[in-house]
Amino acid sequence: MIRLLTALVFAPTAVALLLFALPRRTAPAVFRAVWVAASAVELALVVVVWAGYEPGGGMQFEERARWIPGAGVSYHVGVDGLSLPLLALTCLLFLACALYSLRENRRIREFAALFLFLQTTCLGLFVALDLILFFVFFDLSIVAMYFVIAGWGHRQAARAALKFFLYTFIGSLALLLGFIGLYLAASPHTFDIVELTEQNPLAGRSVYGALVLLAVVVGLAVKTPTVPFHTWLPPAHVEAPAAGSAILAGVLLKMGTYGFVRIAMPILPEAWREYALVLVVIGVVSVLHGALVALAQTDFKRMVAYTSVNHMGYIVLALGAAAATADSSEQARSLAVTGAVTQMVSHGLLTGALFLLAGVLHERGRTYDMGAYSGLAAVAPAFAAMTGVAAFASLGLPGFSGFVAEFQIFTGSLGPQPLATALSVLGIVLTAGLFLRALRQVFTGPLRLPDAPGTPRVFPDMRGHESLSVAPLLVLAVVLGVAPRFLLDVVEPASRSVLELLAR
Amino acid sequence: MTEMNENPLDLLPEVLLAASAVLGLLLGSWLPRARQWVVGLLAVVACVAGIVAASVAATEPSTTAFGEAFAVDPVTGASRIVVLGGTLLVLGVSFRPLRGDPRESEFYVLVQLAALGALMMAGTQDLLLFAAAYLLASIPAYTLAGFRKDGPGTEAALKFYVVGALLGVLLLAGVTVLYAAGRATLYPMLGDALRDAPEPLVAVGAIGLLAGVLFKAGGVPAHFWVPDAVQGSSAPVAALLTTLPKIGALAALFRVGDDVFAGSPLPWPALIAVLAAASMTLGNLGAFFQQDVKRLLAYSTISQVGYLLMPVAVVDRSDLAQQAFLYYLAAYTVTNLGAFAVVCALPQAHTLDDYRGLARDRPLLAASLVVCLLGLVGTPPTAVFLGKLQAFSAVFDGGYAWLAVLAAVNTVASLFYYLRWIVPVVSRGASPGLAEGDRTARVVAYAATVVSVGLGLAGGPVLDALAGPMSP
Repeated sequence: MIRLLTALVFAPTAVALLLFALPRRTAPAVFRAVWVAASAVELALVVVVWAGYEPGGGMQFEERARWIPGAGVSYHVGVDGLSLPLLALTCLLFLACALYSLRENRRIREFAALFLFLQTTCLGLFVALDLILFFVFFDLSIVAMYFVIAGWGHRQAARAALKFFLYTFIGSLALLLGFIGLYLAASPHTFDIVELTEQNPLAGRSVYGALVLLAVVVGLAVKTPTVPFHTWLPPAHVEAPAAGSAILAGVLLKMGTYGFVRIAMPILPEAWREYALVLVVIGVVSVLHGALVALAQTDFKRMVAYTSVNHMGYIVLALGAAAATADSSEQARSLAVTGAVTQMVSHGLLTGALFLLAGVLHERGRTYDMGAYSGLAAVAPAFAAMTGVAAFASLGLPGFSGFVAEFQIFTGSLGPQPLATALSVLGIVLTAGLFLRALRQVFTGPLRLPDAPGTPRVFPDMRGHESLSVAPLLVLAVVLGVAPRFLLDVVEPASRSVLELLAR
Repeated sequence: MTEMNENPLDLLPEVLLAASAVLGLLLGSWLPRARQWVVGLLAVVACVAGIVAASVAATEPSTTAFGEAFAVDPVTGASRIVVLGGTLLVLGVSFRPLRGDPRESEFYVLVQLAALGALMMAGTQDLLLFAAAYLLASIPAYTLAGFRKDGPGTEAALKFYVVGALLGVLLLAGVTVLYAAGRATLYPMLGDALRDAPEPLVAVGAIGLLAGVLFKAGGVPAHFWVPDAVQGSSAPVAALLTTLPKIGALAALFRVGDDVFAGSPLPWPALIAVLAAASMTLGNLGAFFQQDVKRLLAYSTISQVGYLLMPVAVVDRSDLAQQAFLYYLAAYTVTNLGAFAVVCALPQAHTLDDYRGLARDRPLLAASLVVCLLGLVGTPPTAVFLGKLQAFSAVFDGGYAWLAVLAAVNTVASLFYYLRWIVPVVSRGASPGLAEGDRTARVVAYAATVVSVGLGLAGGPVLDALAGPMSP
């Protein structure tokens, strides 16, 4: 049997090592070409996996090998309806970043190698079916992203990178403690996610279960991030290079929410049900806080960063509402979980696109300050159109993926949590307001460009490679908005099985 | 007590090292200065042969030699391989700086004697033999600390010696008191006798013993010599001081905890847990704002002793403790020596700023340093990560969850100062300190890095090998 998932996960790292094997004097174009080619092959591989995937068939493409049997750790990977959409999203976003970076000149070999390595960690995390394997990729993604921010970021990058590393590292250690708690509770001791899910080791042990859930949730909440653990996010995004921001928001944030549906809900169902209300509250607070703070921003990238907090809040709300009351209909709760997974994909596409567009803006005008721009639609219609589409899709306009996701989340959560859901809908209004205000400021009115010394007085429209990287993300967002069945067919059976596990 | 087990071949690695040290001393007196490196080569051969002998011995069932005075079990076997492997790395980084030195052969002999002391501490099951091993490990180390005969070296040696002499006297006093309380010096007999011994007497003896052991291990509260001795002595000696004696002392403590104090009326696990907590926390706090790389690493080793003490605390409360301890010991040794090898490879770079631009000048060396430092934090997939995972699991299992939480918090804190070193390495700019390099030390650094990552990836079989029962 072909070990398809292993190939998918480790091929980028192999290519990264290959880049270092090339002589230092190789033309930068070669490094870029190899990078784009590798990302395209990865996308093709994930399409092969998707084509071979049987919706509703549970865990597929499983591989299991002995790794550290003495410590209950094995190399166990597989995909199901929760992880497959995220795998596809990861490959697509990394290809978009590779294309976007076709003009990148600063130490391109190291940049490409870091991104390829980062792709391995992201893909590995989404296929991992062993807690330690999950943790290994979780931690390595932090390390790789640290170097991306510190090495290629803007002026304050070192500080922001340090903050990012320390915060998410604290989260990862809380997660590790939680994992050890699960390991010791299971008998025989194991870190295997599938076995732990079957065993439900903490059934009937409410205090132990609560503590383990606390550790796991804190670890994942830092990464997601939810209020009050979100303070690392804005500086990290603002200082990171455009491609780094796109991956950070598009893929790395999903690691937190994916952990909720993959680990916290199935393995700790009792504790999750007991404390679901806390998660609902955290979700609502994140939604409103993210939206309100985003409203106050004048920095385009910072604003997008805060809308991420807002969008992640919807996911946490849905996952909390799915468990909050057992008497609501099964179908509604399944809708909430499906909506949460759809939101992960949708947010990845749209925020990825928005951050790449923010990079375009910064590359032209050397600032993210929205007050410095005006009337750009006249000189850069394609840029204006793409930003407009991304912004409207992000605020949840029907016809785009964001609507499908948020509609499902609200429909699913309204029954169990009417008050919380009503409050969260306010978040949509706020996001609509802030995106419209931003679009009006930057694109309409008389033409004005930042005139700091050294900036060119022209604002060229989207270049070929930039359009090539952003447009597919937006097209897919529209496709998902209009014809989401191909995604929902994959997600729905998986979210139903999560709910079954949760109901134990 | 059986009389049939006085077979010197049971102690083959120790015998080889002792023979090589004595032979090296003799050879050194007759060889011309340009050929003194032969003594170093002899030491390398002795270490390699010792590792082979120890590996062969480790495949056989546990036994004791010379009565019950010396145990040949997984703890001894692992400590032997780690100590001898560490000695090889130390010899590797000392090769260039000592080439042609008037006292080249003496250096190699002293390194071997210090390693021999560590080996004896790890393997012995008798307090008197332990005291002798303590002195054997200490006195060559004092000499090595001041080997350069310069100001900082002399200060380092003096401080090291004074603290060592004081705590050594306490150790001897502790041994005497324990003998008085238990009427034996063999660990197993002592363990039985101390069950009914008066508690104050046992407590006084235990504290005396701990004083000496913690001095060798460089753990709080006997850690004051570590920063000065490490900063003041030359980089290869600093590498030795922060690894080899620690291994011996901690292995001895592990053994003592299991054999002697497990059944005694003392709250031994709680005592070690508190010492572990203090060591990891104070070591980290000390390391925070250091500018000198050797001093930073010195404080980092103090905090690492804290992590190493975690499984020692739960030795008889968790089945995971032995694997966790021995694996962490190996992981720590190779990773720490890797970081020191980078320091040795850049003899002109002393402060963190001197490392500015290393990633551009020497990408491989910078990668080694980054991997070793992140490894010391416990980033997967390096070996220390797996060691920490095991140690955390062991203390959780042993009922000391708070210690695991504290260790996790400390791990995050430690990330801060390791990053303070990593940042200049990967940032732009150039430093004059990177001009000169030591090729052999570079190779050692690469090797240690590869082993550190490899040990982590191939942790499965290694952990299984460490799992056998200790000798009775």
